[in-house]
Amino acid sequence: MSEQFEPVIVGFLCNWCSYRAADLAGTARIKYAPNLRPIRVMCSGRVDPQFVLQALRSGADGVLIAGCHPGECHYVNGNIKALRRFLLLKKTLSQWGIEDERVQLLWASASEGIVLAERVNKMTEEIRALGPLRWHDKVLGDNGAIPIPVKEI
Amino acid sequence: MKYGYYPGCSLERNARAYHDSTMAISKPLNLEFVEVDDWNCCGATEYIALNKIPAFALISRNLALAADQNIGENLVAPCSACYLNLKKADHYLAETPDLKQKVDTALEAGGLQYQPGSINVQHLLETLVLDVGFEAIEEQVQKPLYNLKVAPYYGCLVPRPAAMDSFDDPEHPISLDKLIEKLGATVVDFPLKAQCCGGHMTQISEDTALELIRHLLKNAADNEADMIATICPMCQLNLDAYQDAVNARFGTDYHIPIVYFTQLMGLAFGIPAKKLGFGKEIVSSRAALEKISDEAPQPVKNSKKVQKTSSLPMPIMIEEG
Amino acid sequence: MNDKKQIPEQLEKVGVYICHCGSNIAGTIDVEDVAKWAKNNPNVEISRNYEFMCSNTGQELIEKDIKEKGLTRIVVASCSPLMHEKTFREATERGGINPFLFEMANIREHGSWATNDKAAATQKAKALVNGAIERVVHQVPLEKIPVDINPATLIVGGGIAGITAALELAEAGNQVYLVEREGTIGGHMAQIDKTFPTLDCSACILTPKMVDVGQNDNITLLTFSEIEDVEGYIGNFTVKVRKKARCLIEELCTSCGICEEKCPVKVIDEDYGAGLGYRKAIYRAFPQAVPGYPVLDKDNCTYFENGKCRACEKFCPTDAIKFDQEDEILNITVGNIILATGYDLFDARRIPQYGYGRLPNVFSSLEFERMVNASGPTEGHIVLRDGVTEPESVAIVHCVGSRDQNYNEYCSKVCCMYSLKFAHLVHEHIPEAVVYNFYMDMRTPGKGYEEFYHRLLKEGTHFVRGRVAEITDVGRNPAEEGKLIIQSENTLLGKQQRTPIDMVLLSSGMQARHDSEEVSQLFKMGCGFDGFFTERHPKLAPVSTMTDGIFIAGACQGPKDIPETVAQAGAAASQVAKLINQGTVMMEPVRASIREDECSGCRICNNLCPYNAIEFDDEKKVSRIITALCQGCGTCVAACPSSVIDGAHFTNTQVMAELKGLLWDVQPAPQKTPA
Repeated sequence: MSEQFEPVIVGFLCNWCSYRAADLAGTARIKYAPNLRPIRVMCSGRVDPQFVLQALRSGADGVLIAGCHPGECHYVNGNIKALRRFLLLKKTLSQWGIEDERVQLLWASASEGIVLAERVNKMTEEIRALGPLRWHDKVLGDNGAIPIPVKEI
Repeated sequence: MKYGYYPGCSLERNARAYHDSTMAISKPLNLEFVEVDDWNCCGATEYIALNKIPAFALISRNLALAADQNIGENLVAPCSACYLNLKKADHYLAETPDLKQKVDTALEAGGLQYQPGSINVQHLLETLVLDVGFEAIEEQVQKPLYNLKVAPYYGCLVPRPAAMDSFDDPEHPISLDKLIEKLGATVVDFPLKAQCCGGHMTQISEDTALELIRHLLKNAADNEADMIATICPMCQLNLDAYQDAVNARFGTDYHIPIVYFTQLMGLAFGIPAKKLGFGKEIVSSRAALEKISDEAPQPVKNSKKVQKTSSLPMPIMIEEG
Repeated sequence: MNDKKQIPEQLEKVGVYICHCGSNIAGTIDVEDVAKWAKNNPNVEISRNYEFMCSNTGQELIEKDIKEKGLTRIVVASCSPLMHEKTFREATERGGINPFLFEMANIREHGSWATNDKAAATQKAKALVNGAIERVVHQVPLEKIPVDINPATLIVGGGIAGITAALELAEAGNQVYLVEREGTIGGHMAQIDKTFPTLDCSACILTPKMVDVGQNDNITLLTFSEIEDVEGYIGNFTVKVRKKARCLIEELCTSCGICEEKCPVKVIDEDYGAGLGYRKAIYRAFPQAVPGYPVLDKDNCTYFENGKCRACEKFCPTDAIKFDQEDEILNITVGNIILATGYDLFDARRIPQYGYGRLPNVFSSLEFERMVNASGPTEGHIVLRDGVTEPESVAIVHCVGSRDQNYNEYCSKVCCMYSLKFAHLVHEHIPEAVVYNFYMDMRTPGKGYEEFYHRLLKEGTHFVRGRVAEITDVGRNPAEEGKLIIQSENTLLGKQQRTPIDMVLLSSGMQARHDSEEVSQLFKMGCGFDGFFTERHPKLAPVSTMTDGIFIAGACQGPKDIPETVAQAGAAASQVAKLINQGTVMMEPVRASIREDECSGCRICNNLCPYNAIEFDDEKKVSRIITALCQGCGTCVAACPSSVIDGAHFTNTQVMAELKGLLWDVQPAPQKTPA
């Protein structure tokens, strides 16, 4: 086995489009990087930025948020709300020096298994090139002694 | 607005009228055309067909010069063949690394280099309709060309830049139609407006060329055009210089002047005909130009209500935005 | 329920079941290893692997373990929850615990099928299983929410699809509202002359059904009406309908037609007449229109132009004309909705090289349908645009706007057949005429369709296989003068050809309604990039949509012919009838709720809800969720700055626990507490 770095990517997939896209990728036997670990949410609009932060704090090297295409949201426009939160979150993350490639947003409809699979492959490559996240070094400083105030949930 | 200007060989010689009229209308339209220094021939339509790599190197040299000379990123070519060649070279250099490598080697030998995409190649018609816009052109019209019936002729190259985006419909372009309308002239239906003039076939197979030229002249004549307005030196040359040959071969009697659209623009802008190169054409445009009147023709109304006739209604055409 | 209080003080007894799915899972994932490893989690009481968990034996295993080992939570690692979540929830319930104390790990679609790397697949499966275990510990018992189904149904679109669905439901005794945008029902089928391949007269088979609709007491027919707003959910929709002013008191109108006769204004009939015929400013689209009363076209009426005329008013024997009539807004409540909004014909004017609109003798397919109809503008005579000359040769061009990257990429399915029908009709009307079909591929899948093609081959139609490049009136030689010339490829002969003919019929394809995207948003259901409405499943749920209670039928879902449309309409009606018979449906309890005592009343959530399910209590200064309206998306849950909105079954605690479980192998070492 090669000793290359295998990033762990948490995927928040919406129940109606992207989770089904991942199902379809499997059903169609599209082989893609096994680095994605999906969590099903009803809508990408359910993804609290805290989830993303918690994932990164807990050892994930990247997070993929995936929802229905704009205009096709099962809940009218939850994906647009996800997009807004995503853009704000990205600003914060970049201030902490977390690279752009680590947190990504994808629109994948239920028929776009290939789109999801290709993005997971691409993202895995990108994060592999970046190396492990090491949240505690990067965000908390050398000893991880300065805690960031995180909402108690 | 400042543009790089690539005249090409024709505009220095047989298409002098095109060059002169282009320069004449540039002033009122606030266009500054800066000629690429030390440009060379684009190879016309044949060279690419015969020997691709040197042909692309030849064309790319012009792009490299344009990029190097601080004349802006837009390069305007009034000649259709030049336009297509320059645009093609830029496109295929970006798309084919293999080609780029070979062209790079050739350019390097001359101390040049070119990064595809750094020059935006435009045809003069494109610059005028998209950058300047119909409104600004209409504003400059001082002597509308009322009553002059014009067949707008695009030729085959400009509307069809192969795989690249065209600024107009490749099969049924309308930009020149609209521009000529803004000048006050009447645009006649000209279904062959995007068809071939024969190009250099006049030198290779005269039979083929004369047949093609005849179709075009006949179509313009059938639609009662006073003149044909062209955007390409090759088209102008073929239709103008070979009109006699067509008449002799087919026993026809066509006398349709072939002028550049920029000449008509200049005329409408009130620029004296002499400055626009009128008189250089072989089939004289004098008689046609005398038809221009001061009064606008009555517009034909497109009404939804019924006209009394036994014929069935035509489909209503949607106004093109 | 308070999220924080769900953290169990004592360990749960979780049963974990890893499915082999034959070799589907076990071929890639070391299921025994995963099962053995899962046992390490302190909450896991028992961990097994089994060949087919969805089999009866597999399910019984769960039931038995719950009863015998006192399990309190169940995790099954197998396929996608969209496949078998229901199966295992039921097994869990039969075992004696609440079905929402079950959780599924998807190690097949997301695991074994997605990679060939056995080690990585096993590692991923462990993560997914662990995530499910950690999550299930925090799950709480929930009850499904019963929703009563209002037995009335709204059907949008009065074409053959809407008519069929309305009659099916109404004849079974159900209340139906049939809303149609135009002044009459009938749709495209009413414009068509004959139907392929049987050559039935379209009107003869359609109009009796239209009459049935008009006479059925269970059907409320709302023509010249449009839907403005839709609220609610399955079982309880409230729909706002704008009934546009016809300038006519319907109760007084006897459909005598005198107003139409007396109206002095004649305009081109763009809708029903396909632009080929004329109509008056007050008109019925056709004599058999249902309902029979006319519509006044304000844009063309002389009275609305200059205040004069009033001929219709003067001559109306029952004083039914009412110029100042205003639009009426109706609010109707229904339990289900069927969308049957049909299609638009591809506009051939978009392909300028085909000359439609420029060359007089190029006709659209709908123009030809009207022309060849005995009640059409030429009384069924096939003539050129001059209205008198019979064509000696006719060319029918297939695939106009279809199978074309520049326009619609899909095959429009019906055009080959209707082109054959056109050829037959030309042969029938003008036996000496020469008829060409220019086609790409001949597509005739359907009962009796291929046989019809063979019939046409025998009737002497010339078939040219090749795409038409251009239709022009510019001839190159005397034989072409005065004709239309079809420039095309003949791929069977391998050459270009020019065919001079008198008349061209363009067989345009079907495309989605120009406003289908707005309609899909109005009804909060999906439509694809091509504008056709998206079915829930392309094979197994073709008339359902992703939105419960909203169904689709006919060409609004994709191009289809009349038999398929009718079949779909019947299917949609039976789906609705099923729900009406059930009387209630059980809804997933995935709903949000606000802990009012902790709500700060900031109102951030109020405007986020796409269903307006959050109201603000002005007295208590807190927000509150109307459970019946909540669809459970969780947008508000994610937005609440105080974290006091709980999204049932997707609580923060549950998602965070799943996350923690999922990342079991990469958790950073615990940090020393800051001094």
